[in-house]
Amino acid sequence: MKHTPTGLHPLSLGGSVPLASLEPVAFSQFSSTLEDMVEAGGRLLSLFARPGADSENLLYALLARRTGTDTEASDHSRTTLNGGEHAFALGILCTQVTDGYPALTPALPAAHLFERDIFERHGITPEGHPWLRPVRQWAEQEVPWPMHALEGDEVHEVRVGPVHAGVIEPGHFRFQCHGERVFRLEIALGYQHRGLLADMVGAPHKRTIHRMETVAGDTCVGHSWAYAQTIEALSDVTPSPRAEAIRACGLELERLANHIGDLGAMAGDVGFLPTASYCGGLRGDVLNLSAAICGSRLGHGVIRVGGVGFDIEDELASTMREKLAAIRTAAARANTLLWASPSAMGRFEGTGTVPTDVARTFGLVGMAGRASGVDVDARRDFPTAAYRMHPVRPWLKQHGDVYARGRMRWREIEASFDFLEQVLERLPEGELRIAEAEVAADSLAVGIVEGWRGEVVHLAVTDAHGQLASYEIVDPSFHNWIGMEMALRGMEISDFPLCNKSFNLSYAGHDL
Amino acid sequence: MWNILRTRLLQGQRTTAFPASAPELPPRFRGRLALDPSLCDEGCCGCVDVCPTNAIAKKNGLALDLGRCLFCSECVDRCPTDALTSTPDYRLATTSREALTLSGEPLELAQSLSADIAKRFGRSLGIRVVSAGGCAGCEAEVNALSNIVFDISRFGVHVVASPRHADALIVTGPVSQHMLGALEATYRAIPAPKFVIAVGACAISGGPYAESPQVEAGAASTLPIDLFIPGCPPHPYTMIDGILRALGRPVP
Repeated sequence: MKHTPTGLHPLSLGGSVPLASLEPVAFSQFSSTLEDMVEAGGRLLSLFARPGADSENLLYALLARRTGTDTEASDHSRTTLNGGEHAFALGILCTQVTDGYPALTPALPAAHLFERDIFERHGITPEGHPWLRPVRQWAEQEVPWPMHALEGDEVHEVRVGPVHAGVIEPGHFRFQCHGERVFRLEIALGYQHRGLLADMVGAPHKRTIHRMETVAGDTCVGHSWAYAQTIEALSDVTPSPRAEAIRACGLELERLANHIGDLGAMAGDVGFLPTASYCGGLRGDVLNLSAAICGSRLGHGVIRVGGVGFDIEDELASTMREKLAAIRTAAARANTLLWASPSAMGRFEGTGTVPTDVARTFGLVGMAGRASGVDVDARRDFPTAAYRMHPVRPWLKQHGDVYARGRMRWREIEASFDFLEQVLERLPEGELRIAEAEVAADSLAVGIVEGWRGEVVHLAVTDAHGQLASYEIVDPSFHNWIGMEMALRGMEISDFPLCNKSFNLSYAGHDL
Repeated sequence: MWNILRTRLLQGQRTTAFPASAPELPPRFRGRLALDPSLCDEGCCGCVDVCPTNAIAKKNGLALDLGRCLFCSECVDRCPTDALTSTPDYRLATTSREALTLSGEPLELAQSLSADIAKRFGRSLGIRVVSAGGCAGCEAEVNALSNIVFDISRFGVHVVASPRHADALIVTGPVSQHMLGALEATYRAIPAPKFVIAVGACAISGGPYAESPQVEAGAASTLPIDLFIPGCPPHPYTMIDGILRALGRPVP
């Protein structure tokens, strides 16, 4: 048993913690522990506040702490193994603050958006925050709030959005440019804000699972699974191995569909149409496999609290394996064309680079993080049943450009095909869905799922009656939007669509 | 070059035969619900209780609003008789909001919007899409319309990048407060004659977000809606069927 730093309360996936056991530590200890742990290779998964009476507010930090000693080896290894040196432990740290506290962001930039969110939602001021701007709940009269601006005779500003040219979600983008060159991009979001978190107070309601399926439409399984994990942890329910395997199939199909679709869209953005059109059809073939399981191309109905809504019978499993093999062959063919096209690669390489130190500093996660050398994957770090049975090896790239994110997607496509082949060959036995049980009162629990973009974190706190008192949702996009802003620095405006597609971040998942 | 051609040959024909023939849908596809109020048990309100969006009412008989329906089939699973059943029928679009409420009669599907619309846009329709507070699920399926499988350009229908080039507006999402102004501005910028398509439960009724103070209850709260395409999200076939019907073109 490794030494647990003082004040850090250990937490496990599938387990809940009584609030009473989370003793607040002094703020100085809170901030120094956070900094030390991030310095030692740990990560900040969530930072949130719970306001109390008389300005007695509680700040909570959810951390992934590295329990191994080997923090440098992963920088140079392209594949990393399960557990061992890369083992992480979850911990939660709590402190009490008044209406203001010294901002953590200057020493811990990964906290920047969390602190803006705390300020916006609860009015608790992170004093000294370098860029205390709205996140998503702004009032109409606040727009446009002061954004970065450049002054000079030969610089200009390009404003785009909220409505964009294609069929995409709304957001407002400002480019500060000199000619075609972008000095800085700032992104203002919140247009998709629909009051998701406020509605969670007093939940679960009968609409809750459906709202969780639509946190981000392309991450239906990711978010609804993280929600189910959270509620199951609070009610001490463990889904059967079969249900866990079916959930993982849903999640990997989601990953396949999005990665294949995005590779096609990236090819389209550089005008390489063979791969673009081929992948558009293949993405649909994968969505149709989701529909074969649950009737919905986006995976609605796969995840239910306590298990799954649909079975994958032997016959369906074997049909799926046949179809997956055909899709795999066709996807390989389509992508071989892309990687073999020097003109397409010329546009991918060196475009939209996020260096490793920048990615680490801002706490980038998921596929985009791994493409910049950040060794993080919840499927390895916090595996659920199916991923313990069939480990997924994260792959790392160091360059952090569009090419790296594209290659990363292709490797993850291959890994998902491998995983699905193995799991569908022999699904474990077990009940599809276990009856819901009573939710623990005055407790806290988390759910973590490696969605296709990256780590999806849900975190619930219950009241004395076992109803949700507060709920936090951290979509990977919440961590990664700043990566998108950094990627554009020094690029040309015309690089924007390609960079954007290589990340393909969620507005809905950020705006909640 | 040769590889590109070879790959193109190996890819084969991907575009669907629809609308020349009925589409192939997976066995578990949840399409239009069917109601038989005569089978409904007088004292049972199970479906009303479980419906996540309060799409089902039981006052003077059973009524189901497909504009609110998420097609989750929880009501069907709960129904002890066969008063509510799920069908594989993907055809759901209507030209009036009222027609979406089922109470036992067949669903009155969308009609040609007008002779003028059919004449002007029947063979060339530019659509502008505004995402207004949704989850991007409907947007994903709208995007799928332009891929090589569904390929709506076969019908002269294309998604355009400016409202000035558009003849119709697709709205997705419940219309968040923050998107209200931009949505209205987009609508105003489309030259007349024009029409509006509400795609998905959110745009029609607010869907699972109807109760949120941060959203309007759908696009009808601010724009005149001409075509309603229900679903969460609607299947691409449901959308093609609806759009072709509105243009007065033949569909199965």
